[in-house]
Amino acid sequence: MAQDIQNAVIAVLIENESGALARVVGLFSGRGYNIESLTVSAVDAERKLSRITVVTSGTEMVIAQIKAQLARLIPVHGVCDLTATGPHVAREMALVKVVSHGETRTEGMRIADAFRAHIVDTTSGSFVFELTGSTEKLDAFVELMRPLGLAEVSRTGIAAIGRGPQTFYSNQESF
Amino acid sequence: MNASRQQEETNTKALSGAEVLLRVLVEQEVEVVFGYPGGAVLPIYDALFRQNRIRHILVRHEQAAVHAAEAYARSTGKVGVVLVTSGPGATNAVTGLVDALMDSIPLICLSGQVPTALIGNDAFQEADTTGITRPATKHNYLVKRPSDLAPIVREAFEVASGGRPGPVLIDLPKDITVGNAPLPTSGEGRLHRRYAPRLDADADAIKQTIAAMKRAKRPLFYTGGGIINSGPKASEGLRELARRTGVPVTSTLMGLGAFPTTDKQFLGMLGMHGSYEANLATHGCDLLIALGSRFDDRVTGRVDAFSPNSFKVHADIDPAQINKIIKIDVPLLGDVGRTIEALLQAWDGEGQDLSPWWAQIEGWRALDSLGFQQDMSPEAIIRPQYAVRRLYEMTQRLGRDTFVTTEVGQHQMWAAQHFQFDKPNRWLTSGGLGTMGYGLPAAVGAQIAHPDALVIDIAGEASTLMNIQELGTIAQYRLPVKLFILNNRYMGMVRQWQELLHGSRYSQSYSEALPDFIRLAEAFHGTGLRATNVGELDGVIEKMLAHDGPVVADICVAQDENCFPMIPSGAPHNEMLLGPDQEANAAKITQEGMMLV
Repeated sequence: MAQDIQNAVIAVLIENESGALARVVGLFSGRGYNIESLTVSAVDAERKLSRITVVTSGTEMVIAQIKAQLARLIPVHGVCDLTATGPHVAREMALVKVVSHGETRTEGMRIADAFRAHIVDTTSGSFVFELTGSTEKLDAFVELMRPLGLAEVSRTGIAAIGRGPQTFYSNQESF
Repeated sequence: MNASRQQEETNTKALSGAEVLLRVLVEQEVEVVFGYPGGAVLPIYDALFRQNRIRHILVRHEQAAVHAAEAYARSTGKVGVVLVTSGPGATNAVTGLVDALMDSIPLICLSGQVPTALIGNDAFQEADTTGITRPATKHNYLVKRPSDLAPIVREAFEVASGGRPGPVLIDLPKDITVGNAPLPTSGEGRLHRRYAPRLDADADAIKQTIAAMKRAKRPLFYTGGGIINSGPKASEGLRELARRTGVPVTSTLMGLGAFPTTDKQFLGMLGMHGSYEANLATHGCDLLIALGSRFDDRVTGRVDAFSPNSFKVHADIDPAQINKIIKIDVPLLGDVGRTIEALLQAWDGEGQDLSPWWAQIEGWRALDSLGFQQDMSPEAIIRPQYAVRRLYEMTQRLGRDTFVTTEVGQHQMWAAQHFQFDKPNRWLTSGGLGTMGYGLPAAVGAQIAHPDALVIDIAGEASTLMNIQELGTIAQYRLPVKLFILNNRYMGMVRQWQELLHGSRYSQSYSEALPDFIRLAEAFHGTGLRATNVGELDGVIEKMLAHDGPVVADICVAQDENCFPMIPSGAPHNEMLLGPDQEANAAKITQEGMMLV
């Protein structure tokens, strides 16, 4: 089996109950798995389900372990490996605060425009930009803002979904 | 009042949460609860007092309640039930819960909790029990609403016993047990979707396994506790499968008894203290069929050198065990008993000639790797292996149904190597967690479940002291438990590793200031016996077995005896140490190997 470290984007449907997220996070910390990003939000009020998107990395065997261990948790309804089941869309949102005056302020606005960032708050000495896109795009934007008065960053982590008509349920892992 | 009217009144009368809890336990066929009262569970204890369907066994420490329930579950195949109070009651139960999790034992732990309004306020005897026990249980619940109580308890039993069994904790705030709660009909108000693990292995995987079995010249069944958990039919199936295929069988510590250890096809236990023939067969086989075992590190040793040339099939009910440690060629996901049944149906008897393989195995067997030297003069010091063998032989003569529990350490390995088990569910030992202090409370649980059976705790003197207070439980319920202590005045396994790995610097492993076990037994209203040499051993065992009450037998054994054979940490299976004369080889243990101990 390949010992190469690979990234995986895994979606988990889990019952929206207290302690459910702690089970998932505890599983990762307790077994020493890596978490690069983890996002969670309720997605189905009627069935009381939340969706967790977790970006992790490991050998093929470790990734398989992570999925099997997640599927074993009682409140988990399904596990879908978005990396393994075909192309997927992954997006992240960032709020970036830049404190600057004069020329750097103008430069910041130009770059934000090029990145299609929205200005969601402004004062004479500051901006808050809202930017959505891939992690790499957000990283690049933050780096460009660093010399222009970057003061604060808040990022959501990745939300991801498979491309095409296939859904979570048709692509979920079977155990 | 006529009967039907009375029944109607009972049905409509408001029930307290505690009463609802007990009704659901009765509905789940619970007969025994092991517990210890406290403030947060007083309503439940009051409800217990006012009924006679469920028997409560009062232990002396909550850890012991869990171990007793574990042994009750393992020896009966039922779900064990524990009742503890909030805070320290629940935290004392944690070791037992992890023990049950590691060894896949179905348990329900009912823990009291402060009233819901006080949760999070650092109230008296409050602990975040669900938080603390999250990684210690298969699943846990905090009951927040009276209407959730009955559905949660019902679901908890399903989760505990379904699939790969495990412990489930239900945290019960006092206002929930004091206040009224509904008792819906079964199946109503479920919290989660029905827990339904896959039971039948893929038909194609069965075909691939059969094809591999037909090709194999050196096949081996590597069996584990999963077979015992699956139920008696799985053990029967294994015996039939081994008989019809002629394939040799080895077992993990947890699996002992699933296949008769006295059978010619049984090679003994494998792994760190397994037999030479079992480990050489594991190393040399060309087909390894794992049945309800999980490639634990005590079995595999060095993973990259484990059974290097075999095609590997793994039957397990837990998908997370497949490919966890060892790369598997064919997974058989499902109940191992059903998998064995499917293999039996598909096997047409046309395998390879296994006689060359058996000839090789017999060559390894001829080494008698479990052999030991016992000077038979009456004053001679007792070798612990000899003590276990004599215990087995003299127990055999009685023909009684016998259950053996153990503590953890050298005595546990000697018991596994030298006591024989021809039936499943008779060997109750802490495998995965290795919990010193397991055996005495486990003996309580086994004796409660089987009042007429012979229950022996083969113990070490250090482990014995970890839950010695349970002699009080044994006295209270007049349990004729036999505590058979192999007393070498050391934490023997620690001492052995210090000898092998740390230049014989016996740091803190000597059992200083031991009690007089005879007087200790008498203090707890029992009988104490002692054997200090070979001449006294048989007499002590005979007296112990003949006595119809609890006995503590202090068997003073050689202090310098080590457990052999042994795979030194970090070595492959074909580099075993067979005895003390080979201990010099332990110098080969690398720093990486030391870390694996």
